[in-house]
Amino acid sequence: MTATAGTTQMVTLRIWRTDAQGGDGKFVDYQTPVSEGMVVLDAVHQVQATQANDLACRWNCKAGKCGSCSAEINGKPALMCMTQLAHVPTDQPIMIEPIRAFPTLKDLVTDVSWNYEVKKRIKPFQPRKPDAPDGTWRMDQADVDRVQEFRKCIECFLCQDVCHVLRDHHMHAEFIGPRFLVYTAALEMHPLDTADRLADLKDKDGIGLCNITKCCTKVCPEHITITDNAIIPLKERVVDEFYDPLSLLKRFFGGGKKT
Amino acid sequence: MIEFQTHEHDVIVIGAGGAGLRAAIEASSAGVSVGLVCKSLLGKAHTVMAEGGIAAALANVDERDNWKVHFSDTMRGGQYVNNWRMAQLHAQEAPDRVRELEAWGAVFDRTPDGRILQRNFGGHRYPRLAHVGDRTGLEMIRTLQDHGIHKGINVYMEYTVVRLIKDGDRIAGCLAYTREKGRFVAFKAKAVVLATGGIGKAYKITSNSWEYTGDGHTLAYDAGAELQDMEFIQFHPTGMIWPPSVRGILVTEGVRGEGGILLNNKGEQFMYNDIPDNYKNQTAKDPEEGWRYCQGDRNAQRPAELLTRDHVARCIMREVKAGRGSPHGGVFLDISWIKKKIANAPEHIKKKLPSMYHQFKELGDIDITIEPMEVGPTTHYVMGGVKVNADSQMSRVPGLFACGECAVGINGANRLGGNSLSDLLVFGKRAGEHAGKFAKENSATSLPKDQVEAAVKWALEPFERQGSEGPFQIQYDLQDMMQDLVGIVRKEDEMVKALDGIAKLKERAKKTKVVGNREYNPGWHTCLDLHNLLTISEAITKCSIARKESRGGHFREDYQDKVGKWAKVNLVTRKGPDGQMQVEEVPIPEMPADLKQIIEEMK
Repeated sequence: MTATAGTTQMVTLRIWRTDAQGGDGKFVDYQTPVSEGMVVLDAVHQVQATQANDLACRWNCKAGKCGSCSAEINGKPALMCMTQLAHVPTDQPIMIEPIRAFPTLKDLVTDVSWNYEVKKRIKPFQPRKPDAPDGTWRMDQADVDRVQEFRKCIECFLCQDVCHVLRDHHMHAEFIGPRFLVYTAALEMHPLDTADRLADLKDKDGIGLCNITKCCTKVCPEHITITDNAIIPLKERVVDEFYDPLSLLKRFFGGGKKT
Repeated sequence: MIEFQTHEHDVIVIGAGGAGLRAAIEASSAGVSVGLVCKSLLGKAHTVMAEGGIAAALANVDERDNWKVHFSDTMRGGQYVNNWRMAQLHAQEAPDRVRELEAWGAVFDRTPDGRILQRNFGGHRYPRLAHVGDRTGLEMIRTLQDHGIHKGINVYMEYTVVRLIKDGDRIAGCLAYTREKGRFVAFKAKAVVLATGGIGKAYKITSNSWEYTGDGHTLAYDAGAELQDMEFIQFHPTGMIWPPSVRGILVTEGVRGEGGILLNNKGEQFMYNDIPDNYKNQTAKDPEEGWRYCQGDRNAQRPAELLTRDHVARCIMREVKAGRGSPHGGVFLDISWIKKKIANAPEHIKKKLPSMYHQFKELGDIDITIEPMEVGPTTHYVMGGVKVNADSQMSRVPGLFACGECAVGINGANRLGGNSLSDLLVFGKRAGEHAGKFAKENSATSLPKDQVEAAVKWALEPFERQGSEGPFQIQYDLQDMMQDLVGIVRKEDEMVKALDGIAKLKERAKKTKVVGNREYNPGWHTCLDLHNLLTISEAITKCSIARKESRGGHFREDYQDKVGKWAKVNLVTRKGPDGQMQVEEVPIPEMPADLKQIIEEMK
């Protein structure tokens, strides 16, 4: 049974509630009426307004553009604002939990500060000298298409959540995760950028730890082809730079700068 | 005992959307210490929702464009009650601010010769909006964020400011609470920049997020600054209307810029039935000419769908009222029709309007490349805000600056689409620059402990109360009332009723209680937000009653025409010595001859 046109029905939300320190978590059931077109976030807000004023959840735009309301709905990482109740089975409780790859602060809110720290470590954009005397650049649309795909990222961190290197193996110290590989790809493939991040990718960012299971690509709400378009090309660049005998020679004689 | 921590910076910027980030970058470039305080996580601010583009007379697509045309478009769109100096600075400086974003890594869509592409938008004479598909705001905020994090700015995420603190007449800092733990933090600063955005959450149907509760407006008002033009609210003509839970979510004007047309239930392109006199010269005479304009025909004038937002919103309302609306009480917006004109239309639409495609597909089960959308007006933007000096962005409180949506001036009675993102950049930079300068030129202040403690006590009051009501129902009641009584079409008696309603809601708000504790508690946060929402609602209502004419975003059913007298004044709101809200008519300064001449030439 799903929520269909013109009807109102009661559903049960089974929401993860914790104490004020994010500990002692347990699922609590809330019954709430839903009508056509409602998304999971609407139902959570309704519970918050009428039954649990102190239920903590993050949200901003409610239109899939800010990436704040990431959660796990029936075990699947998703944005609450873009998940229609009509697309979830409602004849059984709907399980809503915080994303699990990061510590829970309270209820559905997680501490994602690690992601902000990681981003700071990545070498910033460094443009080449302007192409025109007025200080501007020329770029072909065909050359920016690829980067524009990566720049669609709304930093919801669902890809980080689902990545087993972070989620199951907790290798946050060794691996920057799919989000920041996409971020690095956007910089590396930016037609104007001149910085070189390949050594960092190999040594600090742990790109070798990704074994291309493509889980990140599957959960991306922006449909960024994370693995195929960002991670694999970066892996190839790292291999070319550090493991290809010809480039090794070239580097030995002082070449090997990014082309 | 009242506990709080203290942090000290030269400049505190409140709000981390486009304006706040730009201000923080500029201030920190001046070598002062900057704290950036924001209600949400960094990069989530409302700027991400901006879709269509950044208006700047780069003249990449049409070389006839320049700052003078942009200036006169902005003044005409604002019905000449704009701050002309701000409109001038904005038009002059926007191109540099856009080019600067490119130097910081932004990747705009390109022209065939590789420059920044510009698109058509309502009220702009030439294609003027630098854009990235329909996600320009995201591109802008990410560029500023990724540039800013390497500038040594201290970012305080998920901190909400509840009060500004003064040392005598001068600003001295502010008090905030942390969302996560509910602890209090006082910020000591020589200068404070407000960049808190708008007020949309005072209305039921809005494109705005929970953050838009008029914080900066209220903080400034309570601290003795003045607000201006609060009657001018922009109802964006095209918000989603169905299903009910998505009502209000924005549908970018870019849809019309790319050739989308508005239709009533008879299939008429009704926008062509009512073209205001001052736009007749620059509007297409029929849909066919309008389409040619969207295709880049330089001899064609722009389609009637791209008239200013205030006008389009009212035309939509009229169709609905006359029974010519769509099934769910809006009108149809159709972009799929362009398949009759161009090959591979579905691919073109998905490329140019990816988030719109995505949004309707996922939230409304509608494929916009095949069928029309249903749209109706949604509360989108407040033209009114903190009154500031045009050049420095400083309010009448020394050391208190404001920029972006929470400041007033550039937009007059109606904002043109695309002018908001450029406003954030131009005046964010100016506010940051002048706040930095102010901090360097002035000695340190002291942060009066009694004021800080009083603010902490005030913020904790909801925990002490024995009331029976939570805050959410009060917020809903306010939103319903503002929507019904002080919405798109206004009448004196209804607004008087609204004032009475606001007074009653204030009484209820004083008794709200909080469930749970201080850690990440939305109930408590909403209790505190109510003060801001009620304050700005009162300002909106009082100014709307006072302006007895219709102009831009302010439409009075009982005074439907523009009145000459009202073209010469702005309405200024301030807190009187008795604590009551005062509204005063303030004459608009005379425009210099050179600017007047530009407007004459562009008529």
